Amino acid sequence: MSSAAATALALGLQRCEACGLVSRPAPGTDEGSCPRCGNELSFRKSASIQRTWAFLVAAVICYVPANLLPVLTTVTASGRDSDTIMEGVVLLWSPTGWPLSLIVLVASIMIPSAKIVALIYLLITVQRGSVESNVQRVRLYRVVELIGRWSMVDVFVDTFTAALVQLQPLMSVEPGPGLFFFAAVVVLTMLAVESFDARLIWDAASRGEVQHA
Amino acid sequence: MRQGVWREMASRTFGRRVERGVYNQPVSDGTFIACPDCDLLQRLPDLAPGASARCPRCDKELWRRREDSLQRTLALALAAAALYVVANTVPMLGLTAVGHQASTTVLGGAEQLWHDGRETVAGLVLFTAVVAPALQIGFMLLIVLGARRERPPRWIGTLLHHHPTAATWSMIEVMMLGVLVALIKIADYAKVIPGLALFALGALVFVLAAMQASFDPREVWDRVEWAEART
Repeated sequence: MSSAAATALALGLQRCEACGLVSRPAPGTDEGSCPRCGNELSFRKSASIQRTWAFLVAAVICYVPANLLPVLTTVTASGRDSDTIMEGVVLLWSPTGWPLSLIVLVASIMIPSAKIVALIYLLITVQRGSVESNVQRVRLYRVVELIGRWSMVDVFVDTFTAALVQLQPLMSVEPGPGLFFFAAVVVLTMLAVESFDARLIWDAASRGEVQHA
Repeated sequence: MRQGVWREMASRTFGRRVERGVYNQPVSDGTFIACPDCDLLQRLPDLAPGASARCPRCDKELWRRREDSLQRTLALALAAAALYVVANTVPMLGLTAVGHQASTTVLGGAEQLWHDGRETVAGLVLFTAVVAPALQIGFMLLIVLGARRERPPRWIGTLLHHHPTAATWSMIEVMMLGVLVALIKIADYAKVIPGLALFALGALVFVLAAMQASFDPREVWDRVEWAEART
């Protein structure tokens, strides 16, 4: 950026998150309502960094039991057999079943961990006031936003496996305690993504330009 | 004190200003916008149908002009509503193994989780697979019908505001993939019979995607009755 970027913030304007209208707050205030849709306005999502960290830390805490506790328990005449997510992936792995195994591996193991790592990276770079690779960072944010929902696949797999395989006394499948924590990781990371304000990525650069000017 | 909490919650949930009635001054020109991802101020060019405008700084798609948006969205939303009803009323998966039979619906999946003591996860499944899709389709129908008026009323704006949230948590396509994985997994030791609801859900995935893609919220926001006009 050669010239100072004219952002809404730099000109004292607020963009409505709901309807997109750009408007100017009344003199002396920085919190008004959108004249078109009545939504509360602010320059940036309120306490974006703190809220994103809070959801993220909660997600990391839930991530441990989500991966250590069983998500499915198979009850047969010969006994009970519990599987964690990773054991489920390994069990599915066979000459014919490997594509399924891969789907679960990507959706349940790779996407949640990649999401957590990506958000930590975005938060740290924003807090350090980084001005580098802004375009790549905002792209990373959009990818995280797009793929996050797919982690729910495993929750649905386990739900419908347990709902269908009810062949008492022969065989039945029960959801395990890990499922709760896994679902919590998915929801908490989605909330973290929603709390993060992508415009913060660009704010450091704008501040720098103002100082140089 | 208690009332204050409820009022705060209501205001947060519905995005309504209950106490703070100060409206911002709108910028005169409606084509003057700020990029949602990088805050860059810019002017939206007048686009031909099918063309899109992107932010020069962060490459965010700012607007895509759709052809005949309201009519197409209405048709797709009606189709989605019909498919949704089928998908939630008839069996989705059946199973036969050594003389036993079992079948389940979408709701049955959540119900079984509830009985197995996973109430929270059951609630989440119910919300993402049943409630949020219903809101997504219902809001869209009301928005498109309300937007046929010259001056869409205020409540259209409220629905428009919350429609993206419903769409975010509506996970029909994710559930579809989950059901397919479960189906193939179970097929190893039992005979699985795909039900009519499974095909309805498969069609719903595409109809919902098309419905979202054909809808142009800008077109409705441009005409909606303004909040400040009421005071």
